[in-house]
Amino acid sequence: MDPVRLLAMARKEWIQLRRDPRSMILAFALPLFLLLFFGYAITWDVEDIELAVLDQDRSRESRQLVEAFQSAGYFHVRERLTAYDQVEERLMTGRVLGVLVVPPGYGRDLEAARGARVQLLLDGSDANTATIALNFADAIVSRHSASALLQGRELVLPVRAEPRVWYNPTLASRNMIVPGLIAVIMSIIAAMLTALTIAREWERGTMEQLASTPVGRLEVVLGKLLPYLLIGLFDVAVTVVAGMLIFGTPLNGSVLLLSAMTLLFLVGALGLGIFISAAVKSQVLATQIAMVATYLPVILLSGFLYDIASMPVVLQGVTYLVPARYYIVVTRGIFLKGVGISALWPQAVFMIAFAVVGLGAATLVFRKELRS
Amino acid sequence: MISPLRVGRMVRKELRQLFRDPKTQRVIFAAPIIQLILFGYAVNTDVRHVPLFVVDHDRTAASRLLLDAFTASGYFREAATSLDPGDLGRALDHGEATVGLWIPAGFASDVDAGRSPAVQIIVDGTNSNTATVAQGYATRIVRDFGLRRARGMTNGAGWAVSGGTAGVDLRARAWFNPSLESQVYNVPAVIGVIVLLMCLLLTSLAVVREREMGTLEQLLVSPLTPGELMLGKTLPVAGIAMVQLVLVAAVALLWFDIPLRGSVVALVASAALFILAGLSVGLLVSTLASTQQEAFLVMFLFVLPAIILSGFLYPVDTMPLFFQDLTYLNPLRHFLEVVRAIFLKGAGFRELWVQYVILASMAVTGLAYATARFRAGLAGR
Repeated sequence: MDPVRLLAMARKEWIQLRRDPRSMILAFALPLFLLLFFGYAITWDVEDIELAVLDQDRSRESRQLVEAFQSAGYFHVRERLTAYDQVEERLMTGRVLGVLVVPPGYGRDLEAARGARVQLLLDGSDANTATIALNFADAIVSRHSASALLQGRELVLPVRAEPRVWYNPTLASRNMIVPGLIAVIMSIIAAMLTALTIAREWERGTMEQLASTPVGRLEVVLGKLLPYLLIGLFDVAVTVVAGMLIFGTPLNGSVLLLSAMTLLFLVGALGLGIFISAAVKSQVLATQIAMVATYLPVILLSGFLYDIASMPVVLQGVTYLVPARYYIVVTRGIFLKGVGISALWPQAVFMIAFAVVGLGAATLVFRKELRS
Repeated sequence: MISPLRVGRMVRKELRQLFRDPKTQRVIFAAPIIQLILFGYAVNTDVRHVPLFVVDHDRTAASRLLLDAFTASGYFREAATSLDPGDLGRALDHGEATVGLWIPAGFASDVDAGRSPAVQIIVDGTNSNTATVAQGYATRIVRDFGLRRARGMTNGAGWAVSGGTAGVDLRARAWFNPSLESQVYNVPAVIGVIVLLMCLLLTSLAVVREREMGTLEQLLVSPLTPGELMLGKTLPVAGIAMVQLVLVAAVALLWFDIPLRGSVVALVASAALFILAGLSVGLLVSTLASTQQEAFLVMFLFVLPAIILSGFLYPVDTMPLFFQDLTYLNPLRHFLEVVRAIFLKGAGFRELWVQYVILASMAVTGLAYATARFRAGLAGR
């Protein structure tokens, strides 16, 4: 391998890239656009849950309970129903997520300390939202129940739970989304950008020109990698800074470690694209494969939104083929947890392996000769 | 004006072209099924068996009972245990545990003496969703444990809430999905996403490929009118997309055991409207792009926002208002509402007519606009 030839190859690739406006947009404008778009659009925080109330008791006590739901801030009482048969229609159309039913005699039972019952009917179709709503409702009712019983005296529970949330004390979903997004965006961009690079040479017939030069296989692959690597690093830097400035995501760990890990990840992700490009030799097919191989897998199988630990074992095995999977652990670890290499070395090992295998495979399948 | 004979021939030509390649055949019918099986397992937000790190400084029967209450709930599993709180921090740092439970020394005697001891629950907030739910479960388990303990009874009553003292007892029931599983909600949505992707891919390619290969000119000199050409291009794709939908729906029913409570007719009708809306997007893309490359790029720019703004990954209601308004323009959003309601709630035309009307109007305006653009594009050549 000759560094001069390698650099010459990289320079040629860079000039070619600079002349292609589509690639430039893909490389520079898209990451920021995606970050802004998703950063603002994706929130998983359950607030203002739409609730309907069917108060069959109409007593002072029942009004206080409804008041407790309203003032807690999680629920928004959207309407008051008058008959039980309205409940089904409301849940069926999805106008409200839940209906709070206060049965007749509620106030009397509470007054007499006989144990008053209230019913919460939830639309369980979205299990996640329903579970969170249920937890909120449960906490509100138990607090209200205690204060109704104690009438102003201080509440002493037999055992108190003191929950503390580490790494993301406000439990804002944005803090989870933004570091993950960097990995998702860069995976897609890296594969899309490089998918074209070798296939283009074949389709345009410039591969013959390359073949007549003394440049070697590894030099071509690495020479093609270099410019994209620079672009990728630049993109990550922009998205990291934008994430911190615009979305206020804290960066608790070391910038140096983040950069080193980013480098490893990018080499792997770009190598994957180059491999696809070298293997199929057609721009259309390469983009198609890059899209299928990155798009949904990166969103669904990387741990970005869905916990890998709760997937079946076979599928967990499949996730090891998605490079973003490792990088997401890294970005979340460095941004939120502020952990160092002692916690992240397994990810580093996997990413190095991925990069070596990806580039090695790309070099192997890439035939400069025009035999076939 | 439109001759069924000519359209029929065009459809036959399209189908022949598509299926001549055995690789394409496989992609068209096997890919959606594989995707659904893969992603159907992935789209799971159930918080179960959360790894719990236990620091028990009390080590009495009472502290063990509390620990049992955690594991017996099914929401937590004991990942590791240690007497050194430092290990707890490390486990959370390394992601080996998601929740830490710290029971202080003197816990049992404090409970019995009514001194109200505090149990610390440390939650890894990195995944805010899991953390919110796990924190809720943990707090509830501790509270219920305390109440049971205070009343001297130790057997609990499932997930159905609250202690049942003399105060208020909340009885919660989840309709449509009593065991609160996330898959029954998400798998029908994956069907929508897969069908949309295939629709876009097939239509935009069908048109752009002809243009790239130069065979569009040949079609133009044939007696086909632009309307017939459009029909000939869209009908086969619509048919294939419908077959795909039936295939993946069957996989959802048979493999994932998703209940189909509504009527098949309602499902097929909504799918037909959705497919037409998706097709018109594909056609629009193909009028915008002159090469297959460009078609991909435009689709790339359309699909990601379409998925994000559909309510597939997280509920539309939690988005900022501006993005909520944007979702109304997204056919996928309306279709997901319909499939989910048909599968889980057994809803039909009566409850969902608004979505049907929206999808139908999207299909009609989309197709009309695409045809007009297509015609204008031809005239300009």
